[in-house]
Amino acid sequence: MRQLSPEDIEALSVGAWILGTGGGGSPYHALLNLRRFYDAGVRVDLIDPDELDDDDAIAVVSIMGAPLVFQERLVDSRLIARAVSAMEEHLGRKFRAVMAVEIGGGNGMQSLLAAVHLKIPVVDADAMGRAYPEAQMTSFAVGNLAPYPLTSVDPRGNEAIVGKTSSWKWMERVSRKLCTEFGSIVATCKAPRTGAEVKKWAIPHTTSKAINLGRAVAEANREHADPIAAILKAESGKFLFSGKIVEVERRTTEGFLRGRTVVEGLGDDHGSQIRIDFQNEWIVVWRDGQALVSTPDLICVLDSESGEAIGTETIRYGQRTTVIALPAAPVFLSPRGLDHVGPRAFGYDIDFKSVFCS
Amino acid sequence: MRRIGIDVGGTNTDAVLIDGGKVVQGVKVATTADVTSGVAAAIEALDLSAEHDSGLDALMIGTTHFINAVVQRRHLTKVAVIRVALPATSSLPPFTDWPAGLAELANGGVFQIEGGHDYDGRRFAPLDTTAARRIAREIRNLGLKYVVVNALFSPLDPSDEEAVAAILREEIPDVSVTCAHLLGGIGLLERENAAILNASLIALARETITAFEHAKSKVGLNAPLFVTQNDGTVAEASRAATYPVFSFASGATNSMRGAAYLSGLKDAVVVDVGGTTADFGYLRNGFPREANAVVHIGGVRTLFRMPDLVSIGLGGGSHIDLEAATIGPLSVGYRLSTEALVFGGNRVTATDIGVAAGLIDLGDRKRVAHIAADDVKRILRRCKEMLEENVDRMKTNASDITLIAVGGGAFLVPEELQGVGRVVRVQHGGCANAVGAAIAQVSGEVDQVFQGLTRDEAVASARKLAESRAVEAGADSESLALVEAEDTPIAYLPGNAMRVRVKVVGNIRSTRMGQTAKEKVTCQSVS
Repeated sequence: MRQLSPEDIEALSVGAWILGTGGGGSPYHALLNLRRFYDAGVRVDLIDPDELDDDDAIAVVSIMGAPLVFQERLVDSRLIARAVSAMEEHLGRKFRAVMAVEIGGGNGMQSLLAAVHLKIPVVDADAMGRAYPEAQMTSFAVGNLAPYPLTSVDPRGNEAIVGKTSSWKWMERVSRKLCTEFGSIVATCKAPRTGAEVKKWAIPHTTSKAINLGRAVAEANREHADPIAAILKAESGKFLFSGKIVEVERRTTEGFLRGRTVVEGLGDDHGSQIRIDFQNEWIVVWRDGQALVSTPDLICVLDSESGEAIGTETIRYGQRTTVIALPAAPVFLSPRGLDHVGPRAFGYDIDFKSVFCS
Repeated sequence: MRRIGIDVGGTNTDAVLIDGGKVVQGVKVATTADVTSGVAAAIEALDLSAEHDSGLDALMIGTTHFINAVVQRRHLTKVAVIRVALPATSSLPPFTDWPAGLAELANGGVFQIEGGHDYDGRRFAPLDTTAARRIAREIRNLGLKYVVVNALFSPLDPSDEEAVAAILREEIPDVSVTCAHLLGGIGLLERENAAILNASLIALARETITAFEHAKSKVGLNAPLFVTQNDGTVAEASRAATYPVFSFASGATNSMRGAAYLSGLKDAVVVDVGGTTADFGYLRNGFPREANAVVHIGGVRTLFRMPDLVSIGLGGGSHIDLEAATIGPLSVGYRLSTEALVFGGNRVTATDIGVAAGLIDLGDRKRVAHIAADDVKRILRRCKEMLEENVDRMKTNASDITLIAVGGGAFLVPEELQGVGRVVRVQHGGCANAVGAAIAQVSGEVDQVFQGLTRDEAVASARKLAESRAVEAGADSESLALVEAEDTPIAYLPGNAMRVRVKVVGNIRSTRMGQTAKEKVTCQSVS
C-alpha cells in the first residue's frame, strides 16, 4: 500500500484523461474536489490487488451521466461515497477498499473521492483499462461474474437498489433508465467483488499506469520536450497520425454520443487524412476506407502541443491533434473478450487486428 | 450614417470618421494613462468642423481597460455570490480554482441555498426564499453592493435567479445584481466565474463610461455612445457599464471586422500587426471565428465566447537582436517614438529594420544606415517565418488563403508568404480597429437546451429569443440577420434534447431618425 502524493493526483487526472480514449468524462471537477481535500491534509492510499484477501469485499464505483449535466451538477465527492454506503447497508457488511469500474477520464478518480469519505484505500486496478460506454464491456462481464446488485443515488436523496438482473446487458438497460429519471447524473456502486475476483479478473495496476502517463507528460512539458513522445515511450504506444481537425459530426442515438471526425494531415502526414468514428469513446480509425485501428486497442486523440487528451464531446474544428494507439488489456484480446468489446460489439462488421501484432 | 469609431490600444488610440460607409478621416494619438484624455484628444484630432456633430449618429469606443483591470488586479470591487443549487454542487463552492490573489480581491462572501432546475426544465429543488431573504440582509449588513446570483441550469430557466435578484433589490436599495444566466451558457462554474468578474468590474465600468461621456461632451459631441463587444458588435454605453466582461476582447475583434469592411472580403485570415503583438484571426462571413472553448481571463476559467486568436510577440516596437537574428517578444511599446533608432533612441526595433529595408519611411533614415544589409535580410526572413507559421495555424485546409494585413506594423508583412495566395492591404489599414468599431452592429445571442422540439422548431425558438435580446441591446428590429446557428445533440438525455446556439445581428437603431424628420418639417415650414 502506498500513499498518493499531491503530484500523483495531478498526474492521475492527466493520465486518466488519456486512457479515457475520448470518454469517461473530464477529470477536471474530480481533480478540483481532490485538491480541496489534499489542501486540507487528507491523503488517499493505493492498495495493490495482490495485497487483498480472497474474501475482502471491494466496492466498484462510477459516475454515470451526460457530460452536459456534469457541467452544471458538478461532481460531488459525497454522492459517490453515498452510493457505496447504500450498498454497505444493502449487503450488511463493510468494504475493504474501493475500485474504479473504468480508469479512463473522470471515472478514474471517483474511487478516490469515495475513499476520502469512507476512509478506506483505493485498489490499483479497474475493469476496463480505459473507458467504454456500457456495463457489459468490463473484464468482470468477460469473466461472466454476477452483474448485480447495484445502487444508484442522486443528490436530492433518492436511492435505488437493483437487486438482480438476468444479464450484464439488462443491468446496463435498467441502470441507464434510473440515471435518466434521476436527472441524467447518478453515482453508482456496481456489483461488489471479492478480493479473489479482483485478483483474477480485474485489470491490475491501471491507476499507477495513469499516474505514470501523467508524470511523463508533466516532465516532458517541464523540460520543453515532446509530451507525445513521452506518452508513447511510457506505454509502448504507436504513433498513428498528426494533423488538424477539419470535420466533426455528432448525433445522439439510444443515449449515446455517436459521430465521426476527420483529421487532415500536417507535416509528414501532409496530403492524407483519417476518419475516426466514436461512440462516447474513439472506436475505429479509418484511412482510405480501411480500418487502421479499432477497439479494444486504445485510440487516443491528443493535443499536438500539450499532449493533453481531447474528448469526443470537446473535439472541435481546427484543433491540432496527434492520434496514437496504446495496447489493450490482454483480457479483451481473447475471442470472448472481443465479443464484448471488439468492433462487432459496436456494430462494425470488421475483424479486429491489433496494431501491436504486425 | 456618420459615425466616429475609436479603439484604445496599449500604444495608440485610433479614431476614424465614417460617412456614408466611407472612411473620411483616420487619426492616431498616443494612449494616455487615464485613457479618457487620449480619447478626447483623438476626437479633437478629427476635423469635424465642417458639420461638427450635427449629423453624427454614434460614437463607438473599443477599450481593453476592463480586461487589463483583471490581469493587473486593479480597480476590482468585492462581490457577494449566492449560488442556488443545494443540495448539489456544494463541494465546489464559488471561487474554486481561482488564483489566490484575485479571489482575495473579489470575494466578499459566498452563500449557497436550495433551488435550481434540471436540464429538462423540471425543478431540481424548491427555491429557499427564506434563506435568500436572510442572506440579502446579511449582505446589506456587510455593506456589499455587488452581488452575483447563479442558479443550477439557469440558462434553461432563469426564474430562480430572477426571484433572488428581486429579493436582493427589496432588501438592498442600491444593490447591483449580476444574474449569471445573462453572462454564460451551460457550465455552472465557468458561468459563475464570468458573472463574478463582471460584478467586480461594474464600478470601474461605470466610472470609465462616465469619463468617456465626459470626454465626449468636452469636445462638444452629442451623439450616443456605444462600446464594442468581444464578438465584433456594440452595446449601448449603459448596457456596457452593466456587462463589462462583454467588452473584454474587443480590440482584436475590431481590427478583424475593420479589415473585412475595408477589403470587402468575408473569408480570409487577418493579421493585425501592432506595436507589441501580431494578432491572427480567421474571418468567416465577415466575423471572427470564435473560440468554442474555455477561455482563461487573468487565470480564471470562463466559457463566454471570445474570438479564436493567436497572438505572438511581433510588432513595430519589437526588440531586435541582430546577432541572434531574433524578434521580440519584448517591445518598446508606447516608447517607440523615443526609443527606436530612427527616432533618436538606441534600441533596435522592428520599425528600424523596416526603415533600413525601405519598407516604410519614418524618422531619420541615416540613423539605421549602419545596419548590415545581411542582418536586415536575416531579420526579415525570420519575420516571414513567424508570419507563415501562424497564418498556417489559423487555416482550416492546406489550400492557399487570402491574408489581409492591417495595423501600424503591417509593413512587416511581405508580399509573398508560403500558403498565402495574396496579401491584401487596404487604405486606412493602420486604423482598421477603429474602423471595426465604427461599423459595428448590435447582436443578440442564445445558448440553451431544447427538448421535445424538432431541430427546426428549436432553432426557430432560439432565434426569436436572440432577436428580442438584440432589440433590447439597441438593434433596429427591421435589420436583424442570422449570423450563426449551431445545434448539438446531447448524450444520455431523452426527448431528443439538443443544445442550440444562435446569434443574430442588426444595425443600431438610428437615434437621428426623429431629429431628421423634425428638421425636414422645419425646412418645409420655412419654404
